[in-house]
Amino acid sequence: MTTHTNPAVAATSFKGGRAKKRRTPEQGGHPAWGIAAWAVGLLFAAPVLFMLLTSFHSETDAATNPPSVLAPLTLDGYRSFFAGQPWPPLINSLTASVVSTLLVLVLAVPAAYALSIKPVEKWTDVLFFFLSTKFLPIVAGLLPLYLFANSIGVLDNITFLILLYTSMNLPIAVWMMRSFLAEVPVEMMEAAQLDGAGLITMLRSVVAPVALPGIAATSLICFIFSWNELLLARTLTSTVASTSPVFLTSFATSQGLFLAQVCAAAVVISLPVLAAGFAAQDKLVQGLSLGAVK
Amino acid sequence: MTTATPAASELTPEQRTTYQAPQGQAARDKREARRRRIPLLPALVFTIAATQLPFLATIVISFMDYRALRPDQRGFTGFDNYVQVFTNPAIRSAVLTTILLTATVVIVSLVLGTAIALLLDRKFFGRGAVRTMMIAPFLVVPVAAALLWKHGILNSGYGLLNGVLTWVWGIFGSDSPPQPQWLSDYPLISIELSLIWQWTPFMMLILLAGLQSKPGDVVEAARMDGAGSWQIFRYITFPHLRRYLELGGLLGSIYIVQAFDSVFIITAGALGTANLPYTIYATFFQQQNYGLASAQGVVVVIGTIIIATFALRTVSSLFDEETGR
Repeated sequence: MTTHTNPAVAATSFKGGRAKKRRTPEQGGHPAWGIAAWAVGLLFAAPVLFMLLTSFHSETDAATNPPSVLAPLTLDGYRSFFAGQPWPPLINSLTASVVSTLLVLVLAVPAAYALSIKPVEKWTDVLFFFLSTKFLPIVAGLLPLYLFANSIGVLDNITFLILLYTSMNLPIAVWMMRSFLAEVPVEMMEAAQLDGAGLITMLRSVVAPVALPGIAATSLICFIFSWNELLLARTLTSTVASTSPVFLTSFATSQGLFLAQVCAAAVVISLPVLAAGFAAQDKLVQGLSLGAVK
Repeated sequence: MTTATPAASELTPEQRTTYQAPQGQAARDKREARRRRIPLLPALVFTIAATQLPFLATIVISFMDYRALRPDQRGFTGFDNYVQVFTNPAIRSAVLTTILLTATVVIVSLVLGTAIALLLDRKFFGRGAVRTMMIAPFLVVPVAAALLWKHGILNSGYGLLNGVLTWVWGIFGSDSPPQPQWLSDYPLISIELSLIWQWTPFMMLILLAGLQSKPGDVVEAARMDGAGSWQIFRYITFPHLRRYLELGGLLGSIYIVQAFDSVFIITAGALGTANLPYTIYATFFQQQNYGLASAQGVVVVIGTIIIATFALRTVSSLFDEETGR
C-alpha cells in the first residue's frame, strides 16, 4: 500500500509538466545582437520619423540637401494642408471606413458563429470559399462595377463605396471571427443551457468574453483596409464622394516647394491607421494572414 | 468541432438524452441543419453577389468589342481581345514588369523579414519598442508612403537618401557626393524600394509568429544533446519556419501582384514600370477600351489563381494543424 505520496516524485513530475508547456527562454546572447536590432528598427522607422519632422518644418527648410534636422519647427505645412479643403475627403473616408466596418461585423459575426460554435455541414468548404474570393484581384472586377454604378446612377456615391468595402473586408472578418469564436468553450455553453439559461444570457456570459476582443481586433483591421483603399475610390468617385487616398493623389506631381505640406498630409491621413494598427498590434498578423497565423 | 458534420457533442443536450424514432430524428436533423445555416446566409449571399457577379461580367465583356468612344461597334468578337493581350508588346512588358516587381519585392522582403524576425526573437533591452518601430512602415497609408518615397526620400535635389549621401561624403571631407537621379534612372528600383520598406514588416510579423510557436522543449533537448546554434537553426528552426515562409511569400505575392498605388504615384506607369493592374486601369480609364481591359483582367485572374492554389494549400495545412483535423 503506497498511500503516502513521495514528495520528490510529485515535485519532479510537476516540474516536468511545467517545463513542457513553457517555451525555452530566448537566448540572450551577445549585446551586439540587441544593438543590431535597434539599428535595423531605427533604419526602418527613419522615413516615418523624417516624415514627421519634415511636416513641422517650413517649406524652405524642408527642401535642403543635406536635410536641416535642427531647423525651427512650425505648423505652416499643416496650415497649407488644411487650407486645401481636406475635410470632405477625410469625412468621406471616415464614413466609408466606419460604416463598412459595422456592416462587415453585422454580417461576419453570425456567419462566424455558423462556422464555429454551431457549425453548418461542410463548414470548412464555406470558409475556404470566403478565402478564395479574397484572391480575386479587385482590378478584374473594376470595369463591371463601374458600368453597373454608371447605369444605376451611383457613381461618386459613398453608399456604393461602402457596400464594396464591405464585400472587400467580409472574407477577412469571417476568418478572423471564426478563429476567435473557435475558442468559445462549447461545454460551458451546454452547461449553461442545462441550467436553463436563455440564448441572450448565454451569449452574454459565455460567448461575449471571448468574442469581444476578437470583434475589436477585426474592426480595427477592416477599418485600416477601408481607409487605405485607393483603386476603387479613384475609379468610382470623383468630387462628392472622394476619399483621403484620392485626395492624396493630387500631390503626385511636384508643385514647387511643397514637401512639408506633403509630409503634413501624409501624417494626418496616416494617423488613424497608425493608431488603429498600434492598438491592434498583437492581432495584426492574424488579420493579415486571414487568421492562418495566431 | 473536428469534423465537418456536427458531432454528438454539437447536439443540444435534449437531443442526446431523449430517444427518438429514426424517422423523427432525420427530420429533426434536417431542420437543425437548416436552422444552423440561417446566420451564414446573409454573408454568403452578399459575398457571392459582390465578388462573383462582377467577375462573370468581366468574362463576358472580355469577348466583346466594347469601347466607350465607339458605341456603334459594340458586339461579340470572340478571342480578338485575348489575341491582342498576348501580341501587344506593351502588355507583354507589363506582364514581365509585374513578375519582376512581385518577385523582387517578395524575395527581398522575405529575406529581410526573416533576418529581422530572428533578431527580434532574442531578448534585449527595448524589444517592444523596436518591434513597434518595425511595424510603423506597414501602418503608413500606401498612397502616403508612395508620396513620401517619391518626394521625401528619392527626390534627387532634397530627398533624404541623397541628403544622407551628402552627409556621409561630407564626413570624409568630400564635397562631390554621388547624387543619383533615382526616379528617372532607376524607376523600377524606386518602386521596389518603397514596397520592400512597407512589406518587410509584414513578413517579419508572420515569421516572428512562426518563431514564437517553435517548440521550445525540442530545441532544449537538441542543445542538451550537444547541437550547435547553426545545427539547431538548420534542422529545427528552419523546417519549422518553412510553412511560415511559404505563407508569407504567397500572401505577399497575392497582395503585391495587385500593387497599384505605388506605381500610380511614383512613376504613373512611365519608364517601363507599368505593371498589369496599372495597365488595366489605363486601358479602361484612359483608352476606354473595355473589352481589352476585361481580357487583361481575366489573364491576371488566371495568374492569381495559380498562386492562390498554392496559397490555399498552405493556409489549409496550417489550418488543419490548428483545428487538429
